[in-house]
Amino acid sequence: MALKLHGAPMSTCAARVLFCLHEKEADFELVPVNLFAAEHRQPPFLAKNPFGLIPVLEDGDFTLFESRAITAYLCEKLKESGTDLIRHQDLKEAALVKQWMEVEAHHFDPAISKIVFQFSVAPLLGKTPDQAIIDENLENLGKVLDVYEQRLSTSKYLAGDFYSLADLHHIPYTHYFMKTSCAQFINDRPHVKAWWEDISSRPAFMKVGPGMTFGKK
Amino acid sequence: MATPVKVYGPPLSTAVSRVLACLLEKDVNFQLISVNMSKGEHKVPDFLKIQPFGQVPAFQDEEISLFESRAICRYLCDKYADKGNRGLYGTNPLVKASIDQWLEAEGQSFNPPSSVLVFQLAFAPRMKIKQDPAVIKQNEEKLGKVLDVYEQRLGESRFLAGDEFSLADLSHLPNTHYLVSATDRGELFTSRKNVGRWWGEISGRDSWKKVVQMQKQGA
Repeated sequence: MALKLHGAPMSTCAARVLFCLHEKEADFELVPVNLFAAEHRQPPFLAKNPFGLIPVLEDGDFTLFESRAITAYLCEKLKESGTDLIRHQDLKEAALVKQWMEVEAHHFDPAISKIVFQFSVAPLLGKTPDQAIIDENLENLGKVLDVYEQRLSTSKYLAGDFYSLADLHHIPYTHYFMKTSCAQFINDRPHVKAWWEDISSRPAFMKVGPGMTFGKK
Repeated sequence: MATPVKVYGPPLSTAVSRVLACLLEKDVNFQLISVNMSKGEHKVPDFLKIQPFGQVPAFQDEEISLFESRAICRYLCDKYADKGNRGLYGTNPLVKASIDQWLEAEGQSFNPPSSVLVFQLAFAPRMKIKQDPAVIKQNEEKLGKVLDVYEQRLGESRFLAGDEFSLADLSHLPNTHYLVSATDRGELFTSRKNVGRWWGEISGRDSWKKVVQMQKQGA
C-alpha cells in the first residue's frame, strides 16, 4: 500500500521527508495541504496532527507526525532498499547518526530556521525582515558551523565517512539559506562548503529541490 | 559485571538528568563524573574533545563517545534492549515510531519554551541574573498552547505514546520537575487535569525519585 505524505513541496519539514523518500526509492503520494488557506489549522487535519503542523505521514492505518520521526520510521521500514541512511547494522555508526541528528535538531535548526523565516516567509506575511533577529541567529549559526568545520575536516560526512540521515536533515533549510545574502557563512568554511556541494548534488536533490519555491516570484 | 558507563556533568543539569533517568530505567551501571561548570571545566580542550559544543552531558562506554542527551538515551535503549524497562523505547517499529514522534514533539515544541522558563524562573534568580518579564510571558503562552495539545492527548492515552511509560514521557521529566517544584508556574501543569495526572504518574517513578535525590546531593 502506498505511503501518503500530507504537506507542501516548498515546506522545509515536508522536503526533509521527501528527500528521504527519494533516497529510499519509496512509492508515495504527496497530498497537498493548503497552508495559505490554513488547512493545517482545521479539525480534519488536526485529527492527524494536533499541533497543526506539516508534514504528516499515513502508512495504511498508521499516522505519524514530526518530520524527523517520519524519516527515522521510513529508514527503519525500508532498510532493505535505497541508501542506507541509518547504518542499522552497526550499533556505533547508528549512534553517531542519531547524535548528529540531534545536533541538527537542537543546534543548527533553531538558528538557521529563524534566519530563513525572516528572509523567505516574513515578506509573504507583509513584514520586512528583522535584522536584529537575523544578526543574533547568524552569530549562533556561525558558532555551530565552526564545530561542523572542525568535524568535517576529519570526517567526510557528519556521522562518519558515509552519507546519512544526519546530513540529509540539514538540506532543506540550507537550500533556502544559500539563496539569501548570507551564503558566505557556508562558503567561507571550506569543509562545510565541500560537504554542502556534495550533499546538494545527490539525485534526490534534483527531484525535491525544484519544488522548494519560497523566495521565488 | 560490565564496566560502568560514564556520564559527564552535574545532575542538576536538565540534559544530564534526562540521561540519568534513562540509565536508571534501563538498570545500567554508570559512573557520574563531575564537571565543574562554574569553573569552566566544560570549555577546556580535553572536554571539548568529547563534547565540541562545550555542553553537558557527554557519555562514554567501552565502544563509543557520544553527546546529545536524547541520542544517548536512544543508544542506551538500543544497546541494552533486554535490560531493565524493556518497553522504554518500544518493542516493535510502530510503537517505536510513536515514541520518536512524541520525543520530537518534546524536543521541538515543549523544550524551547519550557527551557526558557526554567532558566528565567528557576536559575536566573540563583545566578543573580535579571529576569525578563516579556520573555517569560511570551514563553508561558507558547508552553500553554503545547500543554493544551498534551491535555487532549493525555485524555485519550495514559502516556504520550500509548499505554506504557516511554522515553517520550521520560524526556519531559527534567524541565517539568523544575517548573513544578522550583517556580510558581507549576499550575501550568497541575491546573490541566490530564496533564496533572500524567505528571503525578511519571514523576512518581522510582527512577525519577532517585534522580531528584542525586540532584539534592550533588552540586
